[in-house]
Amino acid sequence: MYAQMVKTDGARVRSLDEMDPVERAFQERIDAGQKIEPKEWMPEGYRKTLVRQISQHAHSEIVGQLPEGNWITRAPTLERKAILLAKVQDEAGHGLYLYCAAETLGVSRDEMYEQLHSGKAKYSSIFNYPTLSWADIGAVGWLVDGAAIMNQVPLQRCSYGPYARALVRICKEESFHQRQGFDILMNMVKGTPAQKALVQDALNRWWWPSLMMFGPSDDASVHSAQSMAWKIKQNSNDELRQKFVDQTVPQAEYLGLTVPDPDLKWNEEKGGYDFGEPDWSEFFAVIAGNGPCNAERLDARKKAWNDGEWFRDGLVAHAEKARSRRQASRIAAE
Amino acid sequence: MGAAQQTSTAENAALFEFLLRMGDNALILGHRVSEWCGHAPALEEDIALSNTALDLIGQTQLWLGLAGEVEGRGRSADDLAYLRDGLDFRNVLLVERPNGDFGKTLMRQFLFDAWHYLLLKALKNSSDRRVAEIAEKALKEVSYHLDRSRDLVIRLGDGTAESHRRMQAALDELWPYTGELFMGDAPDASVAADGVAPEPASLKKPWDELVAETLEEATLKTPADGYMQKGGKRGVHTEHLGFILSDLQFLQRAYPGGTW
Repeated sequence: MYAQMVKTDGARVRSLDEMDPVERAFQERIDAGQKIEPKEWMPEGYRKTLVRQISQHAHSEIVGQLPEGNWITRAPTLERKAILLAKVQDEAGHGLYLYCAAETLGVSRDEMYEQLHSGKAKYSSIFNYPTLSWADIGAVGWLVDGAAIMNQVPLQRCSYGPYARALVRICKEESFHQRQGFDILMNMVKGTPAQKALVQDALNRWWWPSLMMFGPSDDASVHSAQSMAWKIKQNSNDELRQKFVDQTVPQAEYLGLTVPDPDLKWNEEKGGYDFGEPDWSEFFAVIAGNGPCNAERLDARKKAWNDGEWFRDGLVAHAEKARSRRQASRIAAE
Repeated sequence: MGAAQQTSTAENAALFEFLLRMGDNALILGHRVSEWCGHAPALEEDIALSNTALDLIGQTQLWLGLAGEVEGRGRSADDLAYLRDGLDFRNVLLVERPNGDFGKTLMRQFLFDAWHYLLLKALKNSSDRRVAEIAEKALKEVSYHLDRSRDLVIRLGDGTAESHRRMQAALDELWPYTGELFMGDAPDASVAADGVAPEPASLKKPWDELVAETLEEATLKTPADGYMQKGGKRGVHTEHLGFILSDLQFLQRAYPGGTW
């Protein structure tokens, strides 16, 4: 999931009876499954929470270009290179739709960048891990995009129209991304023993961070309860994590890999796997900025922005010149 | 070996050489452009650059695929891309120039696109149907590359004083690498005689016109044609190519016989 631990500002979820008539009408529309559109009235908390959630999602797509972009020049065949380029291009496109969706809530892309660069806005913890081998590119597609899909598929039905519609497009592309990741690994495990070892090593390193993508258990979280009442979150973190594990373990077995969790066991009674607890101290350390790549990822984004200032200024200056030339020729013609 | 057969072997070698040049230009420029992924000055530029790189890698597959076929020794496009050393690469020096700032990347793209566009237009009438088919497909993509790079060169040349300065510096630095695009040699003469491709020199005049017109609109000064760097087309490269290949070929070299 690309948005983690999104705060809602509220102390608790209020009942319909406690709301004023305008807010009550708003909540009843959401309860009836209607979409909220940009120009319509919405509680300030709803707007702010969505801005946090959508911008965090957008930043994750943009920062997420970096670990995968890291292997484009080293992709092992021309076809793999083309596929990876197309995939990373899709991620940039997702960022674009999402920034546009957030802009409908009254925040500009430049403001969101500013929040990312200052560290005020977060992006998914997963992109602070390094891609150390080509197998990591497969693992990122399989596990990271796989985890993202778990969360994003239900979000296609979220209450905010522009976000829901952006997610419809995003989900189509993400499922292709996941398949390409799995396909990379399927080929590698059929290759030499050294290649297969790379795949196992990638799973060992990406398994736990992927489970952490869903965030810590939020069954008791007031933020999650409020987001669910607003239908901008559909499932609890634990539900999604369980679903992810249940889907992914058989795939790992199919690849002939060992999931690095000694507590992993099929539980016939619940019809799902029991599994170990991720190391949440690591998760909080990464969120706090101490992951292996936090500094590099943020520096890369800041550098891109700062180095590009002259480029953006140049385009603006040219547009202004062109406008005044058009005006001058119009006046001359009159 | 009879005289006729010898001629056909020589012709085949010239065609192979020509196809390597086409494929290697696309591959090395695509590689350079892809280095920007995630680091461009605006999100729209990230998307446009990945798209350009993607087109060029697609064209590489076609040109090198045909090169392997023409050579007839069972080498695939991947074999040619990943298992040749620098001395066997045939790209012009221009495309291996480092990216520099975004202005230099754009200027390199424009100078190359203008040539690439004119060449592909001519190749649509190639006597070799396979060459004409690839050119037809590539031309659609490259027309867009040229539209984009030309437009940005104009806007940045005639933007702020700073953007103008950077674009002029990029142009001055890259200009000595443009001459090689128009220098012909024996393989060029051979494919031209067969009607496969135009003589490189024949593209110089339309290229000069296209470039001059663009630079004028961009308020940039066209450098004088002084000494021109050359060597890439016959395998004598700059020091940069070795580093490009060590990235590009790392996995194929480190895991020989792997499946990907």
